[in-house]
Amino acid sequence: MSTVAQTFKETARRLTRDLRHRELIQNALGKYYVGRDEKKARFQNWQEARQAAAEIKWDAVNHLDKYLEEFVSKLEARGTKVFWASTGQQACDYIVEVAKKRNVRSIVKSKAMTGEEIHLAQALEKSGVEVVETDLGEYIVQLREEPPYHIVFPAMHLTRHEISDLFTKKLGTAPTDNPEELTMIARRTLRKKYCAADMGISGANFAVAETGMISLTTNEGNGRLSTSLPKVHVAVIGIEKVLPTLDDLALFLPMLATAGAAQAVSCYNTFIGGPRQDGESDGPEEFHVVLLDNGRTRLLADAEQRDTLHCIRCGACLNVCPIYKNIGGHTYGTTYMGPIGSVLTPHLRGLKEWKHLSFASSLCGACTEACPVKIDLHHHLLQNRRNAIRCASPWWEKLIFKGFVTLMNHPAFYRLGVKLGWFGQKFHWLVKGTRLDPMYAWTQSREAPPLALHTFKDYWRRKKS
Amino acid sequence: MSEREPILGRIREALRAAAPKPGLLSGPGQRVPAHEKRPTDFRPWLPAVGESFDERAALFAKNSAELKTDFQLVADRAELQTKLVALAHAEGWKKIATHAGDLTNFAFAALGMPVVRTDSRYDVNELESSDAGITECDALVAQTGSVVVTTRSAGGRALSVLPPHHVVLARRDQLLRDLPAAFAALKRQYGSDYPSMMCLITGPSRTGDIERILVLGAHGPKKLTIFCL
Amino acid sequence: MAQVLERLGHQVEYPEDFTCCGQPAFNSGYWDEARAVAEKVLAMYRSAEIIVGVSGSCGAMMTTFYKELFHGTPLEAEANAHAAKCWEFSDFLVTKLGVTDVGAKFPAKVTFHDGCHGLRELGLKKQPRALLAKVKGLELIEMGAAESCCGFGGTFAVKFPMISTAMGEVKCDSALKTNADYIVSCDASCLMHIQGLADRQKKPLRTMHLAEVLAKQ
Repeated sequence: MSTVAQTFKETARRLTRDLRHRELIQNALGKYYVGRDEKKARFQNWQEARQAAAEIKWDAVNHLDKYLEEFVSKLEARGTKVFWASTGQQACDYIVEVAKKRNVRSIVKSKAMTGEEIHLAQALEKSGVEVVETDLGEYIVQLREEPPYHIVFPAMHLTRHEISDLFTKKLGTAPTDNPEELTMIARRTLRKKYCAADMGISGANFAVAETGMISLTTNEGNGRLSTSLPKVHVAVIGIEKVLPTLDDLALFLPMLATAGAAQAVSCYNTFIGGPRQDGESDGPEEFHVVLLDNGRTRLLADAEQRDTLHCIRCGACLNVCPIYKNIGGHTYGTTYMGPIGSVLTPHLRGLKEWKHLSFASSLCGACTEACPVKIDLHHHLLQNRRNAIRCASPWWEKLIFKGFVTLMNHPAFYRLGVKLGWFGQKFHWLVKGTRLDPMYAWTQSREAPPLALHTFKDYWRRKKS
Repeated sequence: MSEREPILGRIREALRAAAPKPGLLSGPGQRVPAHEKRPTDFRPWLPAVGESFDERAALFAKNSAELKTDFQLVADRAELQTKLVALAHAEGWKKIATHAGDLTNFAFAALGMPVVRTDSRYDVNELESSDAGITECDALVAQTGSVVVTTRSAGGRALSVLPPHHVVLARRDQLLRDLPAAFAALKRQYGSDYPSMMCLITGPSRTGDIERILVLGAHGPKKLTIFCL
Repeated sequence: MAQVLERLGHQVEYPEDFTCCGQPAFNSGYWDEARAVAEKVLAMYRSAEIIVGVSGSCGAMMTTFYKELFHGTPLEAEANAHAAKCWEFSDFLVTKLGVTDVGAKFPAKVTFHDGCHGLRELGLKKQPRALLAKVKGLELIEMGAAESCCGFGGTFAVKFPMISTAMGEVKCDSALKTNADYIVSCDASCLMHIQGLADRQKKPLRTMHLAEVLAKQ
């Protein structure tokens, strides 16, 4: 077992026993469930909409080269500089270089999971540039020097009191337990940053091929401000984010908002197709789009799991996952958490080290059910498990399952095994719940059911005779 | 060195293996027949919107109430003037920002107060300290209660988002049914030469980042008022 | 289940050599081993007209996951044919036979847990409730988050016991809030997990399988 898996188990052990955490997350998500169901019900046919969204994304990803070329050519035609990055390092290097060339001293950053993925903020800070997260949740976790807890709601794990304490400590503001006042503190602080920043960095929710535009969704307006005021705008986008046409947004924007945030549509959906054009009075002088591969083409090559690239990063699967709810976002130790993270991470970072995430699931299927683009998430977890075992299976586990086959394929052994089990259970109390107990993994927290001496097979035999 | 060719090469190589079509493994409750060609008409599945103007206006008003957008139908310019002046007075505006346009020129004249113009280069700090940004728009969308703005219809990128109160002056004929209609309208209007930024605004700025509790005015405008003439 | 089906006048047969559908191996990533067991199952039931099972998860294995397990193998067609013949007990009664009253009597307050496999892979939701509604004297009280996973998940329960336990605790809390006497479900593994947890934590919860309820007279 690698240390990553061990750390995961230890952290999970701690978080699952934290009843305060459990209640906080249940309450936060309870509101979401009610809102989400209400918004879903407004659709005339949610399931048809999902199938359509799935088919459109299938078209986009399975013709990725064509759509990317169209997207880039339209962008470049209107003055955007496009950089293709195979690795996160290349993307960071390019952006650091751009910042240097344009004498950038401060950056305002709109939420971008790709930015987290490649550790962009750290790379820029190392080069001497100030980077300020503008999404309120991201700003909060940036001040706390911890990673985001959720891909859409980064500070979901914090109470207003913790946020107030944080602001007092880091910003010197008076304590308050009013969420509105806390938000206003952030608003006032960040407003100055927007006006003074030299560069704005964003991600993109969609890359519209037909018109050569990025579609950027926020509720706070930080995406608008970060991309309107500074003289340079850099967008970092995973190559899989393509959407074929502008009209497709009419389906995807409501679905993203409904599934991700229980809203009919998010507050600001912004479509940017280039730097400031002739005749426009404001906007960045330079617009750079960095297209990021970083393992995505590897996943693309896995035809069985290719649909993982359809993900629109709505976070719905996190919101319904009972594992996520009980262990929390930080336990995963990855950029992408929850079901999509468990499926994706082995492809981006390596199966050997990250396979445990695919095993840490009861395969309930709530994620697959919630996904607006019908990614077969829990099936992919099963496939990751199969792939992991094919690569390397623990010898003792292999032995157990070989034994399983022998037992199940020889009914006489099976019947004998059940009787022996019944007998053995008579002595179980001697070791039950202790480290000597072979069933310790079960009995450390649960009672075991008494095995029946007379099984269904016995009943059936007796009936027939 | 841009990695364009290596990435495209890897993509083409990867796509030689065919991926299964979506929805084949769906459980009974989620199963929907696959379509021959990928769908382009989403109207039958999106939230329903009535055909008539009255139905659209009613839906827009309902959505606005939920979003905390202040939406008002006005009969004529006289009423618009009265309402604008009343709003400016109630909110204590000292300085407004706007751009040149048929309705915005009228508004500026009606209000008669210091103004920042964003038609050409302007001072960001002047815009930041304005009490309200008054813009026109490309469309209103009944289905979602949204306003569609672009750099061309709303005086640039920052005017509609930096001042703490965004006021939209719209016309009745701009009230469209739904999002498909809105995107079709943008294509018709700008298809050959798009503005560098277009935006679908739905309500005042908001956040749910603190305990998933809704707070208005996160970074963008705390108030959104729409006058529909 | 056999008793109920016979009570309704059906001829029930049971291949005595049947042991397991193979899901534990499949879920753990040992698909070759799972196939070795599943092949025997396919052979065993080849001549059956209809197969009725009393477990949501075994049912899901045979209906949904056998197709995945045998995809691209010579037995693919047979696995698909097998899947088409499989019915979960409550689904069989309500959807296939159109029967909701099986003559059961069980005066008790009961709450229902929707096991994940049954709910999402087999579409069980209305069927168990329709059957419970016709049980004389029974009062059904819905629990909050009835569709939330109980935390068993097969080998997950022993590989990640701390997460499994936490999920089970949440389920027990939901059930206790209803003040029902029994939790009923279509899946014995869910019930075993919930009962084991309740017994260890001395919570006054009793579990019962839907088939047991329907057999009561």
